[in-house]
Amino acid sequence: MPIWTLYGLSRGLATTPWPGKGDSAQQQGVLGLPVFNPDRCDENCRACVDSCLPGAIGVEASVSGERLTIDYGKCIGCQLCTETCPGGALEKSDHWAFGVRRREDLVWTEALATQEAQELKNVIRSTFGRSLHIRHVDAGSCNGCESELQALNNPYYNLHRLGIFFTPSPRFADLLLVTGSVTYAMHEPLLETYNAMPKPKWVMATGTCAVSGGVTGGGYSCAHGLDGILPVDIYLPGCPPNPSAMIHALLLLLRRAEQMVHGGHYGQ
Amino acid sequence: MKETTERVLQPAEIAEACRQLTDQGARLQMAYAWFPEPGESPEVLYLADEGPGKPFPLLRCRLSRESVQLDSLASQIPLLGWYEREMTDLCGITFAGHPESHPLVLHEGARPPLPPLDPRYLKDQIMPYTEEAWDLPPVEGNDVQILPFGPVRGDVLESAQIVFYYIGEAILHCHPRLFFKHRGMEKRFEGLSPMMGTLIAERISGIGSVSHALAYCQAVENACECEIPVRARYLRSILAEMERLYNHLYYLGHLCHTTTLKVGEAQGKLLAEQCKQLNGFFTGSRFLSGLLKPGGLRRDLDLNGLPGRLRTLEPEIESYMRALETTNSHLDRLITTGHLPYQTAFDQGASGPIKRASGIRRDLRCDHPYAAYDSLTIKIPMCRDGDAHARAQIRMAEIRASIALILRGVEEMQEGAIDTELPMSPHAEGLGWCEGPRGSTYYCVHFDDSGRLARVKVKSPSFSNWRVFPFTVHDTNMMDYAINEASFGLTMAGCDR
Ligand code: SF4
Ligand code: SF4
Repeated sequence: MPIWTLYGLSRGLATTPWPGKGDSAQQQGVLGLPVFNPDRCDENCRACVDSCLPGAIGVEASVSGERLTIDYGKCIGCQLCTETCPGGALEKSDHWAFGVRRREDLVWTEALATQEAQELKNVIRSTFGRSLHIRHVDAGSCNGCESELQALNNPYYNLHRLGIFFTPSPRFADLLLVTGSVTYAMHEPLLETYNAMPKPKWVMATGTCAVSGGVTGGGYSCAHGLDGILPVDIYLPGCPPNPSAMIHALLLLLRRAEQMVHGGHYGQ
Repeated sequence: MKETTERVLQPAEIAEACRQLTDQGARLQMAYAWFPEPGESPEVLYLADEGPGKPFPLLRCRLSRESVQLDSLASQIPLLGWYEREMTDLCGITFAGHPESHPLVLHEGARPPLPPLDPRYLKDQIMPYTEEAWDLPPVEGNDVQILPFGPVRGDVLESAQIVFYYIGEAILHCHPRLFFKHRGMEKRFEGLSPMMGTLIAERISGIGSVSHALAYCQAVENACECEIPVRARYLRSILAEMERLYNHLYYLGHLCHTTTLKVGEAQGKLLAEQCKQLNGFFTGSRFLSGLLKPGGLRRDLDLNGLPGRLRTLEPEIESYMRALETTNSHLDRLITTGHLPYQTAFDQGASGPIKRASGIRRDLRCDHPYAAYDSLTIKIPMCRDGDAHARAQIRMAEIRASIALILRGVEEMQEGAIDTELPMSPHAEGLGWCEGPRGSTYYCVHFDDSGRLARVKVKSPSFSNWRVFPFTVHDTNMMDYAINEASFGLTMAGCDR
């Protein structure tokens, strides 16, 4: 089929050099989850709390009285809080690399103990290293997460170049990648797939639905994501997380990238 | 409801009125039920389309408390079959004489103590479920094999199960088992404010978030008698066309995947990615979400740079589509595959590009213009062949039309306000619609006495098209199945909700 050979050749290389080199410019303009600046909060206003449908923003008691807190594991990035907050306590941002190993890291804490922060720093061997085979299970998504997962294999992200592959058979899979808040009807098929995987195996909760249920969890037919259903090794909130965030989370699992979020703080 | 001609009927009059509508050439679009007062009997509504410019006929019928039952119309108006079964599962209404009276939306073994859409059913109460054997069509004859495929399928696909009855390569019967992804989305609107409802609508089908948010917002605005500013109308149309563009390009790439045209697949998916990147750059969201709200838009967009970027992409898209149309190996796999005749498409309720590929000339953008489509006129691309190739051709023509519409929209759009105050409207009701990439999307909203959402009905195009799809699979062969499914461009999330 010479026309397509020629066609392919004439288009040249379409793949982004990231994460080998290049910056995060490949998600230019894309909004991430909001930045939380509690110091800018006006004590009496709870506008953000009321604007947050999944309940990611809450109020908790502290020694100095009540204070705001945020759980990024519940955030769907709807940006409503950033539009309602009069003081800039919540601001739009391009923070999207939210993959973490521990669920707690998505929850805001006042200050990270320095020692803890030190320990959390990964030893990054190299961006390119051992390979990974993924079995994906859609446990009741809106298809937004799938759309971004499918994008990973387009020539731009070209996931294969990183030695990461999707596999149809759970028997060859190292990682179970789950999207959706886990409907009653997908509960069994999800466990069956997990059980069919050989050990050692990992699980990644992809998208806010799989992390906490987001706005689709609960109700008459859904669980609250993977919580209490499967042990999770990587949590990646975002609604949906963009393909770069997914690649970052996969590399994080392989210890080929550094975790960006600790105690709800981004990029320290 | 505004823009409809309402008739309030007795249960015994419904069947005759529906038949009358179809005899006049109208086509039923959806049917649903809701509970106007908690603890009281449900009301059933039938919505039809009578053609361009005419208000939507709407039949309403309050059931009696003693008999929550109607006669099934499924054997005369087949496309109603699924709506009736859905009302049985979610609202507890029985349809006497239904030809396929097994559960649809809730799987066998789901035992909600009350119908889930009954307002007395608590929003956060999970229903009991034990796995049970399904009602599958019985088979006779030794050579017939049964192959259930899914719900976890190959690659990155949405969950669904397709049961094949086959002999060798020949498929005798195809029986999709869907609604694995039923998340109870319609229930989630209950009690929310109009603004919050938008967030739910956007997440019913992530790759249709504009269509869903648009139809939802229009339904709310229709209920609250709220006119939105002209600039907001233009921005909405532009966003809707940007959504069509990335969806259709991905569709072409995926279709090439099934015909094993590797470079064609890579190029289609790359073009879709480039469109998503444009979406992200100009709107902050690769899926164009977080922008619409009842009353207009949440924030203004600066789209001045968009035409330039789109014009650079246009020749790429054009040469890609031309190459597809001259690749015999690809066309050979598409032509005659998955044939859907006009009458089946009409009777079973086909929607969007699928129906237009089978000769049904209907497009809500022209027939019942919304957003800025009364100024941005379009020509409806049509085909009659009804095969996979026709379905792809319609999408290619729509890609060209979308690009033209975006360019014209940005050019004609004037500066101005982008939103307007939404009046609180207790007990108001409204209908909204939109022609999404996959077809017609309808929303009906009902408010409660405090101006919060009491019931939102969602009709997604994939609900219609999944119903039609198996008719093109029976008596075909295994080799063509994946191509045929891809040529329909279905989503599960929208169908299952
Ligand atoms: S952006 Fe996140 S934290 Fe803010 S309102 Fe939306 S879900 Fe809540
Ligand atoms: S996290 Fe968001 S995008 Fe992903 S499945 Fe859930 S609603 Fe859809």
